[in-house]
Amino acid sequence: MAIYIDQDTRVLVQGITGRQGSFHTAQMLEYGTKIVGGVSPGKGGQVVEGVPVFDSTFEALEKQSAEASILFMPAPFAKDAALEALDAGLKILVLIPESIALHDAMEIMSYARQNDAVVVGPNTFGLISSGSSKIGIMPHRYFIPGPVGVVSRSGTLCYEIVGNLTENKIGTTTVVGLGGDRVVGLHFIDVLKKFETDPATEAVILVGEIGGSSEEEAAAYISASMSKPVVAYLAGRSAPPGKRMGHAGAIIERGRGTFDSKVKALSEAGVKVADLPTAISPLIKAALGKA
Amino acid sequence: MKLYEHLGKDLFAQYEIPVPRGRLVETVEQAGEAAAELGEVVIKSQVLTGKRGKAGGVAFASTPDEAKKEAARIFDLCFEGFKTEKLLVEEKIQIEQELYLALTIDGSAGSPVVLASLDGGMDVEEVAEERMIRWPVDNRIGLQAYMAREICRRMGVSAGLQKELVRLLPKLYKMFREMDAELAEINPLALTPEGLVAADAKVTIDDDALYRHPDLPRITEKTALELKAEELDLAYVELEGDIAVMANGAGITMATLDMVQHYGGEPANFLDFGGGANVEKTSQALELLLGTGPKVLLINIFGGITRCDVVAEAFVRVKASKGIELPVSFRLVGTNESEGREILEKEGISTFNSMDEAVRHAVELTG
Repeated sequence: MAIYIDQDTRVLVQGITGRQGSFHTAQMLEYGTKIVGGVSPGKGGQVVEGVPVFDSTFEALEKQSAEASILFMPAPFAKDAALEALDAGLKILVLIPESIALHDAMEIMSYARQNDAVVVGPNTFGLISSGSSKIGIMPHRYFIPGPVGVVSRSGTLCYEIVGNLTENKIGTTTVVGLGGDRVVGLHFIDVLKKFETDPATEAVILVGEIGGSSEEEAAAYISASMSKPVVAYLAGRSAPPGKRMGHAGAIIERGRGTFDSKVKALSEAGVKVADLPTAISPLIKAALGKA
Repeated sequence: MKLYEHLGKDLFAQYEIPVPRGRLVETVEQAGEAAAELGEVVIKSQVLTGKRGKAGGVAFASTPDEAKKEAARIFDLCFEGFKTEKLLVEEKIQIEQELYLALTIDGSAGSPVVLASLDGGMDVEEVAEERMIRWPVDNRIGLQAYMAREICRRMGVSAGLQKELVRLLPKLYKMFREMDAELAEINPLALTPEGLVAADAKVTIDDDALYRHPDLPRITEKTALELKAEELDLAYVELEGDIAVMANGAGITMATLDMVQHYGGEPANFLDFGGGANVEKTSQALELLLGTGPKVLLINIFGGITRCDVVAEAFVRVKASKGIELPVSFRLVGTNESEGREILEKEGISTFNSMDEAVRHAVELTG
């Protein structure tokens, strides 16, 4: 079992003919993802990595059904492509591009809510159900099946942590990248709810960072309704206030979203907060009763 | 991108939000001329810090001579390291009541939100929670008149004032949306005998949407080095310490800085050179860091899209062309790891497997 996606999830790749789109299509196919079609306006009829390319999402869905789409295109074109995918009826969108304008992102999110669709990202590495399917750009050799669910705002830091788990022979159910932007589709709380009801997930790792209030909202949910153990790591302890540390989301302003407020909220909710990324494995082992 | 007050007010005026009559001046003489024309004036330093009032950057003057004196004083002030280059000289308005009004983006809700309060004119953080009305706006329908009426009812404003606010709020929303603003704040929104007037303007435009607004001037709060990094498309922030840090990905770069501090070191910077950088870009990032004169260089690579051999090649290239004399702690794992290590080993450079070891080594090297 896993959350959001499994080996049967059928996936479209929007922007499949670009450099990133074609490269990651090959990578996803190698992992076992069921990619049933690509979309690139004006490039219909081509074949990329054995995948047929269509001019529109609607055309692709006339030929076969699909539930999910992953989007690779420059940020200025992402809104149009995302709205098209939602209009055509896709229920899971993975938005890889970074630097999507905030008002574009907000329009995508409200249309997704109206259509009961899930948006992962933007500015995400995607999501992966270990051993069965990945819709994203993560280096997949680190993702082996196991009992731990992972949800993260950042990419490379998440690979670092999952890589460390793998070294310690701990696998994952599903790993979800929320994305580093200020307006994203999924928040910690959405993914935690899914992990809570997923029978295969026994413990959860939350990888957060400074800025926003997503970690504090997660803490409130964990404290009220979560029975599974949660271990967290938060980046940005040393960040000076008011400076953007690479992620648009990671900015401390007006005393909100600070490292200390997040650690406090999570600790009070019973979450073990690791000092260092490498301290997560022992904590998760203990949580799984394998210490 | 934060806009200076006068630019924010220009936008307000374009969207028919009333602002005081004013002149933007660059010299003491011009300030005197503006006062001669406008009568009693307020003189406001055009800097981006929000605390300029407390720092003496705002003054009243009733005569041109007084205006010149105050202008000279403000030109001499320094605000968080920034000098005043321009002053806004405005007619003094007769204020009967001060309100707070803003549109911003609620990240958790993923929607615009109106913030409104009867307690205007003060630091927004000091406004009591229950006195601040929050109204999320569904961006599919935008800001409708009924929302403005409901916000007014909750604020408890008079009928006359309500009529004015119901006219003004949709204009502010229109500007917020069309200009891709992250924040459009009026504090105070002044009630005068002539009606509502935006006495101040704090507008921030979304950096990622600037391409849609070629007419807006480009304003930066960055240091010269940070600007150079921006040209190279690197996420770079200067810090106080002596260990230069280079990593790939914002989260892991932050975590590397945290770990440096955890082991008792002080990072000199935040440098995320992104995913999938080529040899050229990686070399430029390295050269930029070396130019800052750090004591130790710490490189932390967990290659996903980023290839270890590319990073290794860039390092060897910079070492050959510029010489890298300072001690280096190098962590290199992930995509094409063995190729990368081979390149470095030929040059006698060893690498670490774990981030933990590499950071500890870097801190030891400073000692």
